[in-house]
Amino acid sequence: MSDTLNVEGLTVHYATQEGALQALRDVALDVPPGQIVGIVGESGCGKSTLINALLQLMPENATIAAGAIRLEGEELVGASQRRLRNMRGRDIAVIFQDPMTSLNPVLTIGRQMLDIQYRETRSRAEKLRRATEMLGRVGLPDPDAKLNAYPHELSGGQRQRVAIAMAVLMRPKLLIADEPTTALDATLEVQIIELLKELQQEIGCAILFISHHLGVIAELCHRVVVMYAGEAIEEGPVADVFLRPSHPYTAKLIECDPGRMKTKAALLPSIPGDLPDLTAPPEGCIFRARCDKATDLCRTKPMPVAVTGAHWARCHFAAGAGA
Amino acid sequence: MGHFKHTLLGRLLADPMAVFAMLIISGLVLVALFADAISPHNYAEMNLVDRFAPPSSTYWLGTDNLGRDTFSRLAQGSRIALYVALVAVSISGTIGLILGMIAGFGPRWLDNVLLFIFDTLRAYPTIILALALAALLPRGLSTVIIVVVITSFSEYGRVVRTQTLSLKNAEFILAERAMGASSARIVFHHILPNVLGPFFILAAMNLPVVITIEAGMSFLGIGVPPGTPSWGATLKDGFDFIRTTPWIIVAGGLPLILVTLGFTFLGEALRDQLDPKLRKSR
Repeated sequence: MSDTLNVEGLTVHYATQEGALQALRDVALDVPPGQIVGIVGESGCGKSTLINALLQLMPENATIAAGAIRLEGEELVGASQRRLRNMRGRDIAVIFQDPMTSLNPVLTIGRQMLDIQYRETRSRAEKLRRATEMLGRVGLPDPDAKLNAYPHELSGGQRQRVAIAMAVLMRPKLLIADEPTTALDATLEVQIIELLKELQQEIGCAILFISHHLGVIAELCHRVVVMYAGEAIEEGPVADVFLRPSHPYTAKLIECDPGRMKTKAALLPSIPGDLPDLTAPPEGCIFRARCDKATDLCRTKPMPVAVTGAHWARCHFAAGAGA
Repeated sequence: MGHFKHTLLGRLLADPMAVFAMLIISGLVLVALFADAISPHNYAEMNLVDRFAPPSSTYWLGTDNLGRDTFSRLAQGSRIALYVALVAVSISGTIGLILGMIAGFGPRWLDNVLLFIFDTLRAYPTIILALALAALLPRGLSTVIIVVVITSFSEYGRVVRTQTLSLKNAEFILAERAMGASSARIVFHHILPNVLGPFFILAAMNLPVVITIEAGMSFLGIGVPPGTPSWGATLKDGFDFIRTTPWIIVAGGLPLILVTLGFTFLGEALRDQLDPKLRKSR
């Protein structure tokens, strides 16, 4: 059985004043059916570019320089606009980060829930019934009345539930969740994570979960991909990657997670140095300038090195460094 | 939910300025609808014996140089004013709305072309353009409407373009795209409802401007044909005899002032209610 999502060698450039900004370089990623794959990385690592590329909704100055994106084996790069429009919302759906801005402020929830079913040949009553059912399913209290409500009449958590209901209404094969809990408080975060888990089981879709919250990734995902400066640098089962990080960047990232700190400190730990200039990425390992373990060997580009069967890292020392 | 006082009309009725505006406007509409019934005289009937009569119980607002009853002419003139204002604002508003959304949502080059057209048209003074067009076109209400459309659609276009541009990159528009909506669907189902608020405010504010343009053109003799009871024509008749019988020009100016106040107040009340940023601060 083929993967739900299969990304190979994806390279995306933005045309800028300073030249081509290489936002994604040779990114590979697989999301098997029914699995939840997390993507973790700091701001500017290419998470948003990756989502836009998966949806094939890129800004005008972006080009896919190389690579393939396949949804259940079907190539999306270069597919016709018509075909892509057909797949968006039906085969791929997205939950956005900020529920305050991801719903149209001047249309009622009901109108918007009807609107996303415009391709279905069902009666209006049937569509409304489905919408109500799904709103109830995602835990929105009093879903019937909520159909007539405007987004500003709902709380942030309720809006995110509405956004989730809209995304899963068409039972997509792949659900992309773009930091869906970042704008919510911690209690809600747990509820939303639980909800996503349940929905994933019911619908059987695969989920690509993007977050910079390591705890949430560990809680929810089967596999995790760590991204740094536009490259996927480590991938593997969540437990393996978090317990035995094999790329120095992953190790540092986990060290810097405030959730792991046992003692009080005035300053949060950070990784010294800055992100490399992506208009002229350095030769060799992308993390070399900030890495303590860097040697001359790191001036050549590391290939993915297998740590265990399904766990690899783009580091020359990955095989020995599983500690 | 569903309570009348939370609907737009309910909220407007709670605002004294809006109530005042709606009273004036409904008065105007009633006068226009029943102009024939409430006029004490035929608006075109000349009583040469009663030329320049001052206001009296027979001639409520006096008569003009041909002995025609000024009140009846003004009542009849409200039809012309409303007709021109509604037709011209609907046409220029629709053109401006469509072009504005195209400019805001379409490709950059198209935006530049449309902006160039908007700016060029806005640079022309209305009355100068009216004089030029009046020389080319037959005299009549349609010429007045054409002048108004040409000079004002760019105003709607610019406002709608700015609104569309600020919505274009909103996250819910990206969310719609991610849900598979086509550009046409996004423009008509998602952007249009968002720009209608500011659009209607502008339209309400523009109605009296159009009425004034019509009166101005008629005053200059390039608007309605002679004999038509436009408010501007009454002003013009009054202007010629301002030293001897000032009540004609005063009577001709009154409805213009009232209507301008009415629509401007309505526009401001609408803005208070429809503009969410202003509403929060109240």
